[in-house]
Amino acid sequence: MAKHHVTTTINGDETEFLCQTEQTLLDVLRDELHLTGTKEGCGTGDCGACTVTIDGRLVCSCLVLGVEAEGHAIETIEGMADGDTLHPLQRNFIDMAALQCGICTPGVLVAAKNLLERNPDPSETEVRYWLAGNLCRCTGYDKIVRAVMDTAAKMRGA
Amino acid sequence: MPDEVKTEYKWVGKRNPRPDGVDKVTGRAKYGADLYLPGMLTGKILRSPHAHARIKSIDTSAAAALSGVKAVVTSADFPDIPKSPGPHGPIIFDFRDFSWNMMAFDKVLYDGHAVAAVAATSESIARQALKLIKVDYEVLPHVIDPVAAMQPGAPILHEDQITEGADEKTAKPSNVYRIPRGEKGDVEKGFAEADIVLEREFTTKAVHQGYIEPHACVADASDDGVELFCTTQGHFVFRSACAKILDMDISRIRVTASEIGGGFGGKNNVYGEPVAIRLSQLARRPVKIVMSRDEVFRATGPTSGAHVRVKIGARNDGTITAAEGEVTYQAGAFKGASVGAAVNCMFSPYDLENAKVWGYDVCVNRPKVAAYRAPGVPMAAFGVESVINELADELGIDPVEMRLKNAAKEGTQNIMGLKYGPIGFIDILEAMKAHPHYSAPLGENQGRGIAAGYWLHAGGISCASVNVSDDGTVTLIEGNPDIGGSRASMAAMVAEELGIDYASVRPIIGDTSSVGFSHLTAGSRVTFATGMACVQAARNAIKVASDRAAKIWGVSEDEVVWEDGHARPAGANVGDHKPMSLAEIAAKAPMTGGPIAGHAEINATGQGPATGAHLVDVEVDRKSGYVTVLRYTVFQDVGRAISPDYVEGQLQGGAVQGIGWALNEEYIYGEDGCLQNPGFLDYRVPVASDVPMIDVCLIEVPNPNHPYGVRGVGETPIVPPQAAVVNAVGNALGIRFNDLPVSPPKILKAIKEAGG
Repeated sequence: MAKHHVTTTINGDETEFLCQTEQTLLDVLRDELHLTGTKEGCGTGDCGACTVTIDGRLVCSCLVLGVEAEGHAIETIEGMADGDTLHPLQRNFIDMAALQCGICTPGVLVAAKNLLERNPDPSETEVRYWLAGNLCRCTGYDKIVRAVMDTAAKMRGA
Repeated sequence: MPDEVKTEYKWVGKRNPRPDGVDKVTGRAKYGADLYLPGMLTGKILRSPHAHARIKSIDTSAAAALSGVKAVVTSADFPDIPKSPGPHGPIIFDFRDFSWNMMAFDKVLYDGHAVAAVAATSESIARQALKLIKVDYEVLPHVIDPVAAMQPGAPILHEDQITEGADEKTAKPSNVYRIPRGEKGDVEKGFAEADIVLEREFTTKAVHQGYIEPHACVADASDDGVELFCTTQGHFVFRSACAKILDMDISRIRVTASEIGGGFGGKNNVYGEPVAIRLSQLARRPVKIVMSRDEVFRATGPTSGAHVRVKIGARNDGTITAAEGEVTYQAGAFKGASVGAAVNCMFSPYDLENAKVWGYDVCVNRPKVAAYRAPGVPMAAFGVESVINELADELGIDPVEMRLKNAAKEGTQNIMGLKYGPIGFIDILEAMKAHPHYSAPLGENQGRGIAAGYWLHAGGISCASVNVSDDGTVTLIEGNPDIGGSRASMAAMVAEELGIDYASVRPIIGDTSSVGFSHLTAGSRVTFATGMACVQAARNAIKVASDRAAKIWGVSEDEVVWEDGHARPAGANVGDHKPMSLAEIAAKAPMTGGPIAGHAEINATGQGPATGAHLVDVEVDRKSGYVTVLRYTVFQDVGRAISPDYVEGQLQGGAVQGIGWALNEEYIYGEDGCLQNPGFLDYRVPVASDVPMIDVCLIEVPNPNHPYGVRGVGETPIVPPQAAVVNAVGNALGIRFNDLPVSPPKILKAIKEAGG
C-alpha cells in the first residue's frame, strides 16, 4: 500500500516523512526519523516513556498515528535544550540525581516541562498526579518530584 | 588489597554529577532499541498460546515464501546442546535451559514460550509472516502452583529431572529440582526452651521486575564473526551464553552493552539475542529484535511466587530460642528459583543459636524466573518478619526492642557458617528507635509497621583499565553496564586514587573485546568488585607514573612516592626534585618508555552483607480497601556511600518496588494456565501519586575488605517493605494478613470477616 506523505514541524524544524497507515507517531519518530530519545516502554499508553507534545498538548506518541501529525508542531526531548544550554529541568535532573537508568527520563522531562509551563508553582501532590502517567521503576519518584519542584522554584526566582 | 579505610575524601562520598548525565537528559544515550544499521531487518518471535503442549510439527513454508521475509528459524536451526548444570568457566548457569527457553525444542512449557522466529524487511511483514507459521500442538495438562506441582500425579515438565537433595534417593522424574538446606544448632531443643512458639504460613505471588525498557538487541553476523548490541546486565555473560547456545567460539562474538533501561536481575539472561544472531547468520543482514511489553511479561523475568512456613520460638523476654523455615518457590519452566538465597538469608539479620531452613525449587508452567533484587529473600523475609512482629505483640515487647534483643553483630555466625565482620544492624535499630518517625502520632485507620532485611552480596570477577592520555586526563574502561550511576562511583574512586579532578576521568563501559571478562551487574557487586578493580588499575598506573618520575630524576623507583596527584621524592635525601603531576609525567611519556596505563583483572572476595530496616505508616480506607502510604523511612547499613545520591536512590527505588509487591502487583493466571495481565494497565506498578517521599537514613559501617569500605547497597532495600507495609495495614485494622498482595479486595474481605 502506498505510504502517506506527512508535513509537520518537529522541534521547530519543518519535517516531511512518509509513513504507513498503521505506523504510530512513535514509530515514525524512531524508525523513520531516528529521533530515538523518545522511548517505547509498552506501546499501549501506560508507561509514558514515549511522551511528546503536539501543539503544546502532552500525548503518548504510541497512541497517535504518524499521519495525525500532519500540520501540527511536535516537540520531543531532542528539542528541549537550547543548543548547548540545558533546560533548567535537565540541569537539575543531573544535579539532583533524578535519574538512575534514564529510560523514563525523556518522557518525564517532557511531561514536567509541560507542567511548569501551565503551573509554575505546583504542589507536591500536583507534581505527583501530573507525572502519574510516567512510570519510573528505579527511583521511587522521590528525587524526580524533588527535582521538578526545585526547578519550579528556581525558574520562578529567575 | 584491604587497607586502612580513610574517612576524608575529595571525590568519594560527594554528590558528583554523573558522567553520563547530559546524554541521558537529552535523549542522546543509546539504549537497546536505539541502534539502526544499514540493511537492518526486523526480527519477531512466535510464542506459544498454551501453558504446556507437545510440538507435533511446525510448518514455516508459507512464512518463508512471503515477500520481504529473509529468514525463518525454529529450534531445528539451533544445536541441541546437552544438559550441563555448570559451572562453565565463571558462569554457573545451565546453558541448555537458556537454549530451550530461547526456543522450545520439543514441548512448550508456558504461555509465551518462543517456538519460531522470522526476520523481514519491515515490522508489518514480520507480523504477517508469524501469522503464516502453522504449529500443530498436542495440548498437555499444566500446573502453575508449586505445591500442586509437587503432588503425585502432577504434570511433569522435564522427564529427565530427578530431585537433588531429597531425603530418599529416587529415580522418578520430579518437578522439584533441588532441596537446599541450612541448619545450625538444635531446633528441637530450642523450641522446647521457648515460652511461646508461633507457626504461620504465608503466600506471595509472582511479580515482575518491571524495568521500563523491554529487552532489545541488534545482531550483525558474518563469517568473520558476530557483532551483538544489546541491553544487558552483563555483556560478557551474554557472549558466553550465545557462544554456547550457537556452538561458536566465544572470541568470535563481540558484545557491546547498550545503555540499560532498568534490569533489577531481569536482564541477566539471554532471550532473543541468540535468535537474532541465528537470523542474521541466515539472512546475512543485521537483525533487530525488540520485545513488546506483552512479551516481556509473558516470557521473561518474574520472580517466584512462594509458599513460606515460618516457626519461631521465644522466651518471655523476647530472646529467640529457635527458628525454622520452609520455602517452596516457583522456578517457572526451568530450574533456578532463588531458594538457596532464601535459606542463606531469611534468618540472617539475627543472632540465633538454633535455626533450620530448607526449600524446594519447583518447575511449573510459567516463564523461567529471573533474579529480582535480593533474589529469593523478600518472600521468605515477609514470613520471618511478620512472625517476629506477631511474637513481639504477643509478648508485649516493642518490635524494635524484640529485634535488638536478637540482632546479629560482629562475630555472629549465620546459618551458613558465615561469621560477620563489622555489621550495622544494631546501629540501624537504634537509629530507628530514636527517629521522630518512630514516635509520631497516628490517626484513625492509620497503622505503623516495621521490618528488617538482610542480603549477602556478591564479589566476583571484574576487570578495569586506566589509560592516561598525554594531557594527564584519564580514560577508565570497565566491563559492567551502568544501571544506576555506577560510572560516577568508579570515576570518583579513580580520581581519588590518582589525585586528579573527577571531571578528568572519563569512565567507559568497554565492549567484550576491550577489557577482560567482567561478571554481571548484579548482586550489588559492581561498586564493590568492579570498584576494587578500578582502584587496583589506578594504583598500577600510579606505579608506572612514579617509576617514570624516578627515571626522569635519575633516582631509584623506591625513592618516589605518589601523594596528592604528584610524584614526589620519598625523602630529603633523594634530592631536590620538584613534584611532578600526572599531566607532567604523561607529557614526557613518549620519551620515558611509552604511555602510562594500569590494568587489573581480579576475582573480588570479602564482600560485606548489608542489613536494613524499614518504617512505614499507612492509612486504610475502610470503604474501598485502598491503602495510602503516608510516610516511609529506610534505614540501612551502606558500608561507605561512594555516591550518596545514587545510594539514596537505590534505597528509595527498592522500597517503592517493595510497596508495589506488598499492595498490588501480581501475576494473574486463568484456568487455562495463561497469563491474564501482561501489560502495565493490569499489572500495575506504583506510580508517582501512589507513594510519598521516601526518607533515607544512611548508616555507614565500612566494609574493611574494600579500599573505600564499600558493602553494596541495591539488594537489601527490597527485603523489608512487604512485611513492613503489611504489618502497618494490619495495625491500622487490627487484622493480620499472611498473603500478598494485600490488595483492596483482600482488605475488604478481611474487614467484612472481622465484622467491620
